[in-house]
Amino acid sequence: MEQPVQQKPLTFKDYKSDYKPVWCPGCGDFSVLAAITKALAELQIPRENSAVISGIGCSSRIPAYTSVYGFHGIHGRALASATGLKVARPDLTVVATGGDGDGFSIGGNHFMHACRRNVDMTYVVMDNEVYGMTKGQASPTTPSDWEGSKLTPHGTGVSPFNPLSVALSAGASFIARGFAGDPNGAAKLIAQAMQHKGFSFVQILSPCVTFRPEQAEWKKIVRKGEITETGDLGTAAAFLATDDGFSTGVLYETQRPIYQPSMEENHSLSEIEASFEL
Amino acid sequence: MTSQTVSIAITGAGGAGVMTAGQMLLDAAAKAGLYGLMTRSSGPQIRGGEAAAYIRLSSAPIDCPDDSFDVLFCFDWMNVDRFAAELPMRPNSVIIGDEAAKNPPTMITDSIARQVLVPLSQSANEIEGGRPNMIGLGILGELAGIPLDALQAILEKVLKRKGEAALLASLEGVKLGMKVASDLETEIGLDLHLERKATDKTRWSLTGNEAAGMGALRGGVRFCAAYPITPATEILEWLAPNLEKVGGTLVQAEDELASVNMIIGGSFGGVPSITATSGPGLALMTEALGLAVSAEIPIVVVDVMRGGPSTGIPTKSEQSDLNIALHGLHGDAPHIVTAPNSISDCLFTAQWTVHLAEKLQTAAIMLSDQSLGQSRNIIDKPADLAFVAKRDLVEDGVEDYKRYALTDSGISPMAVPGIKGGEYVADGLETAENARPSSSAEDHYAQLDKRQRKIDQFDYGQHWAEIEGEGDLAVITFGSVTAPVREAIERLKEEGQKIKLISLRLLSPALPGPFDVAMEGVNKALVVEQTHSKQFYRYLRSVYDLPKNTHVLAKPGPLPFRPGEIVDQIKELG
Ligand SMILES: Cc1ncc(C[n+]2csc(CCOP(=O)(O)OP(=O)(O)O)c2C)c(N)n1
Ligand code: SF4
Repeated sequence: MEQPVQQKPLTFKDYKSDYKPVWCPGCGDFSVLAAITKALAELQIPRENSAVISGIGCSSRIPAYTSVYGFHGIHGRALASATGLKVARPDLTVVATGGDGDGFSIGGNHFMHACRRNVDMTYVVMDNEVYGMTKGQASPTTPSDWEGSKLTPHGTGVSPFNPLSVALSAGASFIARGFAGDPNGAAKLIAQAMQHKGFSFVQILSPCVTFRPEQAEWKKIVRKGEITETGDLGTAAAFLATDDGFSTGVLYETQRPIYQPSMEENHSLSEIEASFEL
Repeated sequence: MTSQTVSIAITGAGGAGVMTAGQMLLDAAAKAGLYGLMTRSSGPQIRGGEAAAYIRLSSAPIDCPDDSFDVLFCFDWMNVDRFAAELPMRPNSVIIGDEAAKNPPTMITDSIARQVLVPLSQSANEIEGGRPNMIGLGILGELAGIPLDALQAILEKVLKRKGEAALLASLEGVKLGMKVASDLETEIGLDLHLERKATDKTRWSLTGNEAAGMGALRGGVRFCAAYPITPATEILEWLAPNLEKVGGTLVQAEDELASVNMIIGGSFGGVPSITATSGPGLALMTEALGLAVSAEIPIVVVDVMRGGPSTGIPTKSEQSDLNIALHGLHGDAPHIVTAPNSISDCLFTAQWTVHLAEKLQTAAIMLSDQSLGQSRNIIDKPADLAFVAKRDLVEDGVEDYKRYALTDSGISPMAVPGIKGGEYVADGLETAENARPSSSAEDHYAQLDKRQRKIDQFDYGQHWAEIEGEGDLAVITFGSVTAPVREAIERLKEEGQKIKLISLRLLSPALPGPFDVAMEGVNKALVVEQTHSKQFYRYLRSVYDLPKNTHVLAKPGPLPFRPGEIVDQIKELG
């Protein structure tokens, strides 16, 4: 992380844009926006040297509400774009963001490979167990018996997956879960994730008040700080085996070699061209 | 013919050393002052299996196959009939086989060509560590008039690492082969020796895929993300180590959706970025191409076309991705489509394409194909070019920055991370000038116009097409078909016919002004393309005024165009 260059420290407000979010009042994503900007402020990352990258969905609208560089790409590809940016520009702080549909369904393949690749960036998923933007269909984290969508009137009949388990088995080197109902806690987790060297994944339970109004109950169910951090894969896996998805905290952190090719220029183009000569 | 050429096909079972012998023959020919082209062909086996090398040598630069082969050299008869359709012969062609090989297939015994057997395995057995393919190299070298010192120089270069004994055995084999061939030449009255001109020009040996990689580097590309696919993989294999040398890198992505979005990310970061793929991969990338157009992020996608649709014929050439490259994007998405017209032009066109993408802040697709990408050519070292990626960037500390400002040129200065005051959100949503999402009709019209304007108004100079010769008949083509068309026109010129060649390097946008100028004095046209559904002709019709008297010669892969069939078609037009 770079040292602050500003005279006056930046506050989380400095990392917000003046653009009014399109979100429904009460949407959990407001808190996630607050958490991300607070984390950026805590680390005093120069605005011009950070980028928030997203795909498509309500949650993926987040880049426009920050004042750093942003990229609002296409559905499911936030991690791919973020990977390209970070590998090509290792000097930047890169945060990928999005929803559970964006990240685990259409972008599921990239999630798995981002965990494996271990590029030094952070991925924040606002998990509301539903596709908000397209008006309420089931996502890979939706319980199989949820009958709220016309698309799957009898429930999906498909088991939801636990993103933390997938991240763990795919090799993510930092894994945490937070809750939009606790923005300060979420901000801490995100800041810790951003300081981690390698790929860090933070699932934030972020209620959709419109298509999953029952998620208003989450504030009663979610247990703050119940996860104990470990660097041991077996311990983390054992915890997840009985996890109901409502505990929060850092689950796992380890150090693995990060994916960052050295980008040192040590040949001229004519030296390369000489290899074509007979 | 303006230049004398000799065409040699070498075939053999896996492990016979067909490709090694072919490559050595080509390189030795170049050492001896000749030019040449080598195309590889192989059976369906993943590894091993029968292989064929098609080589054409010439005293002048050459970049397309001839109508037929002068020599078919078979190390054995193993599945040689698999290549039958690729091996046109004439009555005075010669098929050379091994005395020791039994039961030649009917493709050989029924051939109109002359057939001779030589002591191939037997000669190899006479030498300790001797290999039939080195005997073959000697035979073919002698037949083409390549002197021993050129062959020896290549052997020394290639076998340096294998030690003295291997080199000596190979050299002895080559010498023995040359002896066998000179006996043969007198025996059957064969004279294929090529005239060799002294030259002080540096020669390069490279494939179109390597040339495309080099062009990308010259153009300033420093980031690549890609997923392997035949026949584009060699671009990636070439780029990976060479990007590393110049401070860049290549990421092997999990799929083409990832690779294209990764390069969009890299380019958003200000680093000129490229990916290479073939038809199936391009199909997967089309959504992201729309994003690059909309968010105005320069990227280059090289499509090394192969037979389609679907998996099609992955190892053979076709131009049938033209439609998807031109029209595959959703929405109104003006972008650049280019096509190199020869193996060496892959270098120029790749470099130019990078320049266009960067300058115009849009997606550019370069349509190469298998026959350009995977064939090896001996060329004169190309000149350095001035096209180096140069984006219009805003100044550090910019105030009230409008990323998508409506400018006359349509090009809005870009900000990249690191530039203070430039913080903006690149978006696939339609935006207002200030990059804020907008669904207003006014903003949509203005941005659509702007994105079209920058592409339409740009000065593409002379590079949009190769225009050669004069005549009231124009042959219009693009890509790898250019070389056989050019040779056909040259042959007809020798018969006194005047024909104009127009080969488009810039397929999109269309440039009606320059095209009309190129067509002045033309009242008849022939469009030649390697597709089944006349994709190129239909496109030309939709964007250009063609003469009433326009004909089409469209032929899909897998067989290459040969100059003779184009000559025949032109003659038929009268
Ligand atoms: C290729 C493609 N397919 C489908 C869509 C439609 N779409 C937009 S957002 C979305 C789902 C978003 O759900 P999620 O990622 O969970 O985000 P949320 O809206 O709940 O925050 C879908 C299916 C699209 N934009 N692009
Ligand atoms: S639909 Fe749901 S996820 Fe989308 S903005 Fe509204 S509350 Fe948030």
